[in-house]
Amino acid sequence: MNIFDITGPVMVGPSSSHTAGAVKIGNVCRKLIGEKITDADILLHGSFLATGKGHGTDRALVAGLMGFAVDDSRIPDSFRIAEEEGLRYRFGAIDLGEDAHPNSVRLDLTSESGRKLEVQASSIGGGRIMINRIDGLEANFSGDLPTLIVHNLDQPGHVAEVTSMLEHKSVNIATMQLYRSGRGGHAVMVIECDQEIPRQSLKWLEHLEGIEKVTYYSLQKG
Amino acid sequence: MYHSLKEITEVCENQKIPFWRAVLLEDCREEGITEEESMRKMREIYDAMRDSDRNYDPNLYSASGLVGTDAQKLHLHHEAGKSMMGEFCGKVMERALRVAESNACMKRIVAAPTAGSCGVMPAVLLSMQEKYHFTDRKMAESLYVASGIGGVIAMRACLAGAEGGCQAEIGSASAMASGAAVYLLEGSPEAIIHGSAMALSSLLGLVCDPVAGLVEVPCVKRNVIGALNAVSSADLALAGIRSRIPPDEVADAMKSIGRSLPSELKETGRGGLAATLEGQKIRDRLQGIH
Repeated sequence: MNIFDITGPVMVGPSSSHTAGAVKIGNVCRKLIGEKITDADILLHGSFLATGKGHGTDRALVAGLMGFAVDDSRIPDSFRIAEEEGLRYRFGAIDLGEDAHPNSVRLDLTSESGRKLEVQASSIGGGRIMINRIDGLEANFSGDLPTLIVHNLDQPGHVAEVTSMLEHKSVNIATMQLYRSGRGGHAVMVIECDQEIPRQSLKWLEHLEGIEKVTYYSLQKG
Repeated sequence: MYHSLKEITEVCENQKIPFWRAVLLEDCREEGITEEESMRKMREIYDAMRDSDRNYDPNLYSASGLVGTDAQKLHLHHEAGKSMMGEFCGKVMERALRVAESNACMKRIVAAPTAGSCGVMPAVLLSMQEKYHFTDRKMAESLYVASGIGGVIAMRACLAGAEGGCQAEIGSASAMASGAAVYLLEGSPEAIIHGSAMALSSLLGLVCDPVAGLVEVPCVKRNVIGALNAVSSADLALAGIRSRIPPDEVADAMKSIGRSLPSELKETGRGGLAATLEGQKIRDRLQGIH
């Protein structure tokens, strides 16, 4: 937290958690999928479901999926703009269970080239967010740092492959988490970094044996 | 960020620097940014506050229909010479409503410290600039003062209604605005922190009970009391009056009160005004649009 979190951010109202946080969740999804999103199933949980409409959470999520910033004054018009831009969206309700934060949402997304992504995220207050799950696997990260998410088979050596690539590119690891569905099953590593990872290194990772999917969240625009 | 207001005043005294600069330097050190970058950013924040007041639409209602057009009513009342508050405080009230209503209507605002309390700081600061003709640079300095105070409150207590009730939002905004106002009128670092402490003291215990869970009723109107309370507390401090309880301990009291409050009164929309007969009626009616 810094002083611009105290006086700031500049944002479209009415709520930092229900509006600005929702935009940010959409933004992170847009960056994770890496291209224009054409289809979105948006399932609201808890307080997002109960008071989301009045807080503009729905319009904020759609705005975020199109890459709008939290202070973009077009946020209230996002439904109309989505129609023009060819983003189809549907809203629904979901119960993500008692462990889920009250301000949570699950998004099932498809991009223009047919790439699919399923994200569960929560808005944890003051506009800060947490991406809780990606494609059904744990992924807790904040979207404040460049983040690499690697889905791989649970076998020896994949963590070393990824971390030595990062070392080679002089990328420092800020946090690192490992999860798996079960021994020898599907695993995921979530690595928050202090520097951006070059695109070609991500491509290289994708082609390694046993690596199933590489998703990257960059802080750079576009 | 600083952990106590006393620490900031000590830095001011030891290094012979103004309050705002003590806050600026500490943030630059922590964030690894230059003073120029920081100041540029703060000037932009002030510009955004000014825009949030200017861009008020007197005909707009929020999606729920619960708030909107009230700032315009107050404006007309004031213009007709009927305001008991007089010129300056009349303006402060009107601006608090303009910005808070704009927030409810999904317009662009500065969360200061939160979106729900976004009307307090611009109401006090823009009105003071209008009255005393301070430069934009000086106004940005006053935002550092406010941020330093808000930062300490965040460290010692909290700034979220869900955690501490409305005292954490409107109370903190009022404390921040009061300190900034004392600074603008040449008050000492000690006067600054006592102005903020007296402002926070007067709003301790204020609960967060939004009707239907929306940042509208009573949030919009509470921005008015937060702003007026900032002005009166600043005047107290500038007159040499001090908080009998040390400012940092007032923030600690806010935290412990926040802990004592039941969850019904912390932004759940289940207690206080939200739980009144009318509050429940409104909630049920709005369920249709959810």
